[in-house]
Amino acid sequence: MEKFVMHTGTAAPLRRSNVDTDQIIPAEYLKRITRHGFEDGLFAAWRKDTEFVLNQPAYQGVSILIAGPDFGTGSSREHAVWALQDYGFKVVLSSRFADIFRGNSGKGGLLTAMLEQDDIEKLWAVVEADPATLVTVDLDKREVRAGEVTAVFEVDDYVRWRLMEGLDDIGITLNQAEAITEFEAKRPVFLPTTA
Amino acid sequence: MAKTLAEKVWEAHVVRRAAGEPDLLYIDLHLVHEVTSPQAFDGLRASGRSVRRPDLTLATEDHNVPTIDILKPIADPISRAQVDALRNNCAEFGVPIYSLGNIEQGIVHVVGPQLGLTQPGMTVVCGDSHTSTHGAFGALAFGIGTSEVEHVLATQTLPLKPFKTMAINVDGELPAGVSAKDVTLAVIAKIGTGGGQGYVLEYKGSAIRGLSMEGRMTVCNMSIEAGARAGMIAPDETTFEYLKGRDRAPKGADWDAAVAYWSTLPSDADAKYDAEVFIDASTLSPFVTWGTNPGQGLPLSGSVPSPADAKDEVDRVAIERALEYMGLTAGMPLRDIKVDIVFVGSCTNGRIEDLRTVAEVLKGRKVDSKVRMLVVPGSVRVKNQAEEEGLDVIIKESGAEWREAGCSMCLAMNPDKLAPGERSASTSNRNFEGRQGPGGRTHLVSPAVAAATAITGHLAAPADL
Repeated sequence: MEKFVMHTGTAAPLRRSNVDTDQIIPAEYLKRITRHGFEDGLFAAWRKDTEFVLNQPAYQGVSILIAGPDFGTGSSREHAVWALQDYGFKVVLSSRFADIFRGNSGKGGLLTAMLEQDDIEKLWAVVEADPATLVTVDLDKREVRAGEVTAVFEVDDYVRWRLMEGLDDIGITLNQAEAITEFEAKRPVFLPTTA
Repeated sequence: MAKTLAEKVWEAHVVRRAAGEPDLLYIDLHLVHEVTSPQAFDGLRASGRSVRRPDLTLATEDHNVPTIDILKPIADPISRAQVDALRNNCAEFGVPIYSLGNIEQGIVHVVGPQLGLTQPGMTVVCGDSHTSTHGAFGALAFGIGTSEVEHVLATQTLPLKPFKTMAINVDGELPAGVSAKDVTLAVIAKIGTGGGQGYVLEYKGSAIRGLSMEGRMTVCNMSIEAGARAGMIAPDETTFEYLKGRDRAPKGADWDAAVAYWSTLPSDADAKYDAEVFIDASTLSPFVTWGTNPGQGLPLSGSVPSPADAKDEVDRVAIERALEYMGLTAGMPLRDIKVDIVFVGSCTNGRIEDLRTVAEVLKGRKVDSKVRMLVVPGSVRVKNQAEEEGLDVIIKESGAEWREAGCSMCLAMNPDKLAPGERSASTSNRNFEGRQGPGGRTHLVSPAVAAATAITGHLAAPADL
């Protein structure tokens, strides 16, 4: 995984709450068996509307999404993270994320930074006033900076460390193989198997 | 120290604990399906890793399988490629699989419990958010993403940060005609789609104790719709009775040892929860959704809400947008909403008890001529059981379609989907925009309401017939 320390780019405002993963990528786009190529499915239904924020010329090439509360609810599909990344997003800002989506993001290297809703509103105002505003997301300082606005964000310490080091979870866990084997030896015998 | 059910199960599965790091938890059962696994198996291949415990892993085909002509090759080439990929991956990595045509095939969350694989005190995961279903047995069960699927395949563990706990107390007696689905829709409407975020919900109280295992699975299934990754119900005699004699349930001395252990799992009387919610069961009535998330629900006797009633600006915009998408006007009685399609099925309400309820309402009646009704059993065994009981005959005689097992119109990955603008009453779990087909409009309902709606052509309860 690529290391993430700081990112600067332009941002798109998504003034919607409860953006579920069915909206981020509808089920019909989940049939691909590869890990890439999901950008076409991103917000597929909404992108049919020419007024939708990502269709506006001013918001082409954005890499930061500023979303309303409860972003990523619903289905566990990690394709939602892949679709955002394949489209070019590096960061999503919101005042609240659904748990599974947030976990998936951390695994894949997409930063989900949680800000106060007041700060989200300020950032919306900044990037709506001038879509070319450069937004900096500083994971080291846990800070978002855009124009006159500086806002702190919340991110789990462990996820932050993994993102900044670019570490792969499975590799970390496989170092614990001995502890896993010891645990397995003590599992109750009545537990079922699928074999 | 006094512990909750969730805390007991968690503690019993910690492989490794270190300061500043998530706990490493052992996973007792990993269920796999065709949609969220191909990239995980690819990851294993790319790094030369194997599946650590194929004997604790089970795959089934459910999300995009057809519900007619199942023995012919799948017509949609992309769906077929995904199902083929699952079959090949399972063969290569030695994972047991129940394919189309196998008597054990069905929706992953129906298959696990009916085999007796889901047991109290276990940790159960699957690349599917409705894994919370298995919490009905007092298991800690939750949905995971594809990276985590790969992690569990490779290590049989997951690094996890502890959850907070929330008790949902539903006390009193449910009025006649009020089902588990109505309870769960009422809970979600009360705490909101984000209300359970970061929590494991524990459903308690006399109304929950009174539910069958099927009903308990319906309640736990939709915990994710309140934002909670898991929902649990303490095991009791109802749980043991359901499990006894099932294929993979413990036998003989193992059974006694298991029951003794399971009996220690219920939350201690003085255990503390991080949050508690109280619901008086006697006040509940049939519940339906009017909007585009499962928290946008009301009693069937109510009316479509107005943006003017919103609690804040974010909520006002959400209501406005939902009404526009759903093609509804504020103030309209919910009973006046006419539907085109009625769907009965899914991991929420595709079990035998649900089909019995539906058949009981349909018996001797006809589905409205303008309504198409689809009944999709949750598994082959549920289908066979229903046919042994003659439910299929009642369902077909009413004019409804009787299908093969799968996820079907719950998420429209197979050919069963709504056309743009079509409106459904659905026993599934999500009314998101386009969930049942692009432009489709979904009202979530209980099986009894689904059947009554099919007969009248508009949202209705059996009492209205």
